[in-house]
Amino acid sequence: MAELVTPAERRRLFTLLSPAYLWLLVAVFLPLSAMLFFSFLTDMPQDAPDWGVTLGNYAEFLTNPTYSTLLAKSLKLAVTVTFFCVLIGYPCALVLAKSIKGRSREALFLMVILPFWSNSLVRIFSWAIVLRGNGVLERAINFVLPFDVRLNLMFTTDAVVIGLVHSYLPYVILTLYLALQAVDDDLIDAARSMGASKLTILRRILLPLSLPGLLAGAVLVFVPVVGSFMEPRILGGRMGTYYGTVIEDQFVAVYNWPLGAALSFILLAVVIVILAAASPVLKRAQT
Amino acid sequence: MTRSPLVLLGKIWLALILVFLYAPILVMAAMSFNASPFYQLPFQFSTDWYAKMAGNQQIITAAIRSVLIACGTTVIATCLGTAASVALFRYEFRGKRILQVLLFPPIAIPWLITGTAMLVFFFAIGIGRGTPAVVIGHVALALPYVIVTVSARLSSFDVTLEEAARSMGANAWTVLSRVTLPWIAPGIVAGALFAFAVSFDQFVVSYFLSEPGDSTLPVLIYTAIRKGFTPEINAISTIIVTVSMAVMFLAARFSKFGGSR
Repeated sequence: MAELVTPAERRRLFTLLSPAYLWLLVAVFLPLSAMLFFSFLTDMPQDAPDWGVTLGNYAEFLTNPTYSTLLAKSLKLAVTVTFFCVLIGYPCALVLAKSIKGRSREALFLMVILPFWSNSLVRIFSWAIVLRGNGVLERAINFVLPFDVRLNLMFTTDAVVIGLVHSYLPYVILTLYLALQAVDDDLIDAARSMGASKLTILRRILLPLSLPGLLAGAVLVFVPVVGSFMEPRILGGRMGTYYGTVIEDQFVAVYNWPLGAALSFILLAVVIVILAAASPVLKRAQT
Repeated sequence: MTRSPLVLLGKIWLALILVFLYAPILVMAAMSFNASPFYQLPFQFSTDWYAKMAGNQQIITAAIRSVLIACGTTVIATCLGTAASVALFRYEFRGKRILQVLLFPPIAIPWLITGTAMLVFFFAIGIGRGTPAVVIGHVALALPYVIVTVSARLSSFDVTLEEAARSMGANAWTVLSRVTLPWIAPGIVAGALFAFAVSFDQFVVSYFLSEPGDSTLPVLIYTAIRKGFTPEINAISTIIVTVSMAVMFLAARFSKFGGSR
């Protein structure tokens, strides 16, 4: 790697870097700053010439309990989804990283990761087909069981949780797998040769060493779920009102953009707090 | 590791998880070939819904728009991202660490926030909604993926190769085109495929930035689902899943993504 010495090298560096970062500036960082600005306005300048500056949008969040209740509901949803993702994903990652070797491991790992990269909207939609009343799942269960079962899962909170766990599970398995794969097998063999039980190995070696990966995965699930709106809309029906859907409404149905900007910005603040709290662990997970 | 009941149990668990991950998609695909519009069983094979879909001008227009936007995004994001990766790899300079950290927000901040912020800002500066706005947004989301993928490939690049070429009289351009670029080519291809997938599958940002009646495929599907869906949507969704999984499968083959190293 070269230190920058000549003006020509400085120019080359600038030419290579500036297009990408200018693009990010215009498309991400300026919009985020603009949103903060608009969250303090009474009206959008393009709609009303007599717009003014106000704290009213934030006061609305503080005085109207609907918003804080929904934010709490979204946070609770994120906790639930994250919990199930880790609970379900950990054994998977462990088996993949430590019990399966060679080509079949590569193939299985790819199979677990692949759905994550397919369209999330379509995957949520596929659950709508499976879970709907008298749908495929109910029929399958009733075909096996002798008595009649009505699940009534569609348009419930459970349906939203199932869809979101399905969406984000591969993420957790990916980070956990990478963390567990890095654990030295000799360490496990040494512990076993000294008489450690499987539970002790899990508790004293695997869990502590994979903790950064676990937390990284948890954050990567938690953050997008707090801001989810499409999944609750499709699978939650009337139960599917969350903080994210209220923000969506401000922009596409109610057209109160300044309030929407304020609500978005509060969500961003929550996300930043979570990311900042997790950042020491996330840094460790990277290395 | 030894064969034990616990390991067997773990493998069964893994198999169940794979069923959980794939079953709904397979059910959807199966129902797109079922004659009954209400997903009635017994299953009767039919390709009617695909014929209906092919005749639906709205779906076809949205599909073409989605592919064009994804191609445009891929070209722009791959060029800009590769240039930035080379610069980040080659030079040491103050502020480099900050530039690397700045790649994180577009990935980490929920798309709902990024999307609404783009909408507000683009209206304020006069771009408004529409295909240009969607492309600007998609490129920004795809850039970090391209830079991370290409940088990962570059990190295994031996700089002494460039020095050797230079010492034998190659100029900067020759070094780049004959030594550096051929080495990172697999990384660039993987990055481009990631960019395509990010754009083609993107729903949230497209949803806020596209003009009503002028939407991409995922936005059209979302609107259709909320109105009450038809098996035509099944058919197009099945095609989308197949395409995006194929693209990602290729990307995984080109990058060393996971597996034993």
